[in-house]
Amino acid sequence: MTTALQELGTHIEIKRPDCVLSWDVSFDELTVDVARANIVGFVEFLKADRTCQFSTLVDITAVDYPERAQRFDVVYHFLSMYQNHRIRLRVAVRDDEMVPSITDVHASANWFEREVFDMFGILFSGHPDLRRILTDYGFRGYPLRKDFPTTGYTEVRYDESKKRVVYEPVSLVQEYRQFDFMSPWEGAHYILPGDEKQEEAK
Amino acid sequence: MMDGSKFDDGSTDAQSGEQKIRNFNINFGPQHPAAHGVLRLVLELDGEIVERCDPHIGLLHRGTEKLMESRTYLQNLPYFDRLDYVAPMNQEHAWCLAIERLTGVEVPRRASLIRVLYSEIGRILSHLLNVTTQAMDVGALTPPLWGFEEREKLMVFYERACGARLHAAYFRPGGVHQDLPPQLLVDIDEWADEFPKVLDDIDELLTENRVFKQRNADIGIISEQDILDWGFSGVMVRGSGFAWDLRRAQPYECYDEFDFQIPVGKNGDCFDRYLVRMEEMRQSLRIIKQAIAKLQAPEGQGDILARGKITPPKRGEMKTSMEALIHHFKLYTEGFHVPTGEVYAAVEAPKGEFGVYLVSDGSNKPYRSKIRAPGFLHLQAMDYVASGHQLADVAAIIGTMDVVFGEIDR
Repeated sequence: MTTALQELGTHIEIKRPDCVLSWDVSFDELTVDVARANIVGFVEFLKADRTCQFSTLVDITAVDYPERAQRFDVVYHFLSMYQNHRIRLRVAVRDDEMVPSITDVHASANWFEREVFDMFGILFSGHPDLRRILTDYGFRGYPLRKDFPTTGYTEVRYDESKKRVVYEPVSLVQEYRQFDFMSPWEGAHYILPGDEKQEEAK
Repeated sequence: MMDGSKFDDGSTDAQSGEQKIRNFNINFGPQHPAAHGVLRLVLELDGEIVERCDPHIGLLHRGTEKLMESRTYLQNLPYFDRLDYVAPMNQEHAWCLAIERLTGVEVPRRASLIRVLYSEIGRILSHLLNVTTQAMDVGALTPPLWGFEEREKLMVFYERACGARLHAAYFRPGGVHQDLPPQLLVDIDEWADEFPKVLDDIDELLTENRVFKQRNADIGIISEQDILDWGFSGVMVRGSGFAWDLRRAQPYECYDEFDFQIPVGKNGDCFDRYLVRMEEMRQSLRIIKQAIAKLQAPEGQGDILARGKITPPKRGEMKTSMEALIHHFKLYTEGFHVPTGEVYAAVEAPKGEFGVYLVSDGSNKPYRSKIRAPGFLHLQAMDYVASGHQLADVAAIIGTMDVVFGEIDR
């Protein structure tokens, strides 16, 4: 399995050196890093090439790495039902950049790109209908970004006097519980109560 | 005139001659029995013909993926029951497979067989619900009543294995939670002998039923190109004569040692997909029978968890071993750590390819996990498939796509 993927990776790199930044095979999966500007052409190549035949789009999603300059990874998964193999493409994107939409190549990318826009706020240029998809009508913010709190900012309830649903800022009765299980002698980045005196003593 | 082109006082409409006919927009759902949950479709109708269909989803969005980022791997498992709540264990399976691939854990044989057994029970649960409620959408009331009786029996098997009828949390990374009692295997085997009779009854009610055929044959035809364009999977693919099944194409667990066939349709319409589902239930029964025989054989005995860092120690050990006690405490508070890496694990869920894309940063919580639900893509093609059909066919098409909002909205 892995050798077949190695060959496939080499094949793709030879055919499209301008698109492939790097590739590797890990956990029996082929991952290719692709330049943002070339994604549409590259996806088209993967679909048309006889060795690849990645005709089915499985998934598009994104991963947020707030500490990186290129904050997001847009991740594409493709499947070939004819050659029976899979591939993952990774495109690194800055906060302010747009990703070319692949809806012209794969019609099924439509909702996936809407979802990525909804959840991460990544814009896709050339998308026919870039609306929010999963969140509430009139929702603000991008929930799956790491800086978005899990509780959100607003909560809703039915107001008996106004006879309608009202939006209010979140008020938590109890603090949102995030336990820190990192053992203090392995990787904790905070000073335990009392330990600050150690520095003073020196 | 009656058509409004000329009024009583003799004046005429501004647009004289033929009256301008406007397309009609209706809201289908979210409170509609045929919407299978909370689907809102904005339909543009020309008479009774659907011109455009815009599904509004997200009414059941719970933010599962966000919630998962702040919980440990084990705490995240029950969320998968709540995705496709019709066949809960199949979803857990994908999550467990993803973790096992990243951690490199080998599942013991008995656990593997139990997983196959319960995945197939889940498949029957799902298909039984889908076939019968789809029949209800097109006007038959008896099939769901008969089908639910069998579902009830299957849920009792769920309950006897893990204590919960629906939200099982039974598949765990490294195996399954508990071993099955021997009597349960006997009872499932007995049920598997009787179930074909019920299938035959449902078959008799529907397959040659004139109304059912008229409502389903030649409706929502899917071609091979449509499958590729819209990323279909599961029965939507097989109904069009494309023998694609992940259990066969990319075997996971121990499906490669089971003898079963992959039924395919011919015309790719709703009726063929119904036939495929019926036959798949029969094939699942074959797998169930084989799995039980393997579980009862001496080779099928043994432990049901890969004992190690990601699974709890045996209860008996905890009474005597301090290490086991510490391990148990750490496992259920801190949870296990998963090595850095990313993996995509997919299973052939009853509704199609259900996948989990898991990104781990080496901590005890997933950095990012994306749930790939088959229904999401199927529903996306609704505009394409339903356009040009009658309004009444929309219900039949939603039914045949087998959408469940737990997994679509996540």
